[in-house]
Amino acid sequence: MSADIAAPRSQRLDPKYVRARKSRGSFEMVAWLFMRLSGVALVVLIFGHLFANLMVGDGITAIDFGFVAGKWADPVWMFWDLAMLWLAMLHGTNGVRTIINDYAEKPATRVWLKGILYVATVVIVLLGTMVIFTFDPCIAGNTIAACK
Amino acid sequence: MSKASSGTLYRGREGMWSWVGHRITGVVIFLFLLVHVLDTSLVRVSPGAYDAVMATYKNPLMALGETALVAAIVFHAFNGLRLILVDFWKQGTKYHRQMLWGVLALWVVTMVAFSIRHLSIAFGGH
Repeated sequence: MSADIAAPRSQRLDPKYVRARKSRGSFEMVAWLFMRLSGVALVVLIFGHLFANLMVGDGITAIDFGFVAGKWADPVWMFWDLAMLWLAMLHGTNGVRTIINDYAEKPATRVWLKGILYVATVVIVLLGTMVIFTFDPCIAGNTIAACK
Repeated sequence: MSKASSGTLYRGREGMWSWVGHRITGVVIFLFLLVHVLDTSLVRVSPGAYDAVMATYKNPLMALGETALVAAIVFHAFNGLRLILVDFWKQGTKYHRQMLWGVLALWVVTMVAFSIRHLSIAFGGH
């Protein structure tokens, strides 16, 4: 003989005991994975950025408008800087989001801090993207011969 | 926290301090990133505006700040790679402490090389 015993607790919980009613899906897992994948890419992108701008040639003393114009004449550096901007901003935003979640306890404080963070992120990412794509080496005020 | 909770495997040891260092350097780098996108955006205003702000970065005092920033970036980068190994490498949790000393050794080597080059350029001796 066999008795049909229902699996314990499955689907039979009083809703007030269900802690994960509002599931956030796999968002936190995707965010965790993103930190690792973007982290590896950022090591390459930022080390390359620092080496090209500060270590070779005349280093920081050579950085001016003409230096930026020279770099962004090359689509590789445009894509490099664009990828760095997006990945670093998303990586940094998710890191600060984690820190807010850890230390801000009052719900209103959390909402405000994260609201400010997300607005800053959107503004900076859009501004940086716009600057890379609309850069004009012969902008008014540039006096080099090539722009005459 | 009671005194009884000190002297655990985590608290006050390599794991905790590398975590503290990762958080602090992360926040510092993020704040600089916000400023850095804004200063670079001046190329869209005028060459003069951009060059004027870049001139402040060439001040020797600022070069010390840049070196500190790069020190934060290099630690965050190497410790981040260590975290990935702790998470994904089968032996990662076993060797996390040895890997932290490796991170610090690589950090020192990288920062000595960077500081010599960057500071000699910034202080005009190159």
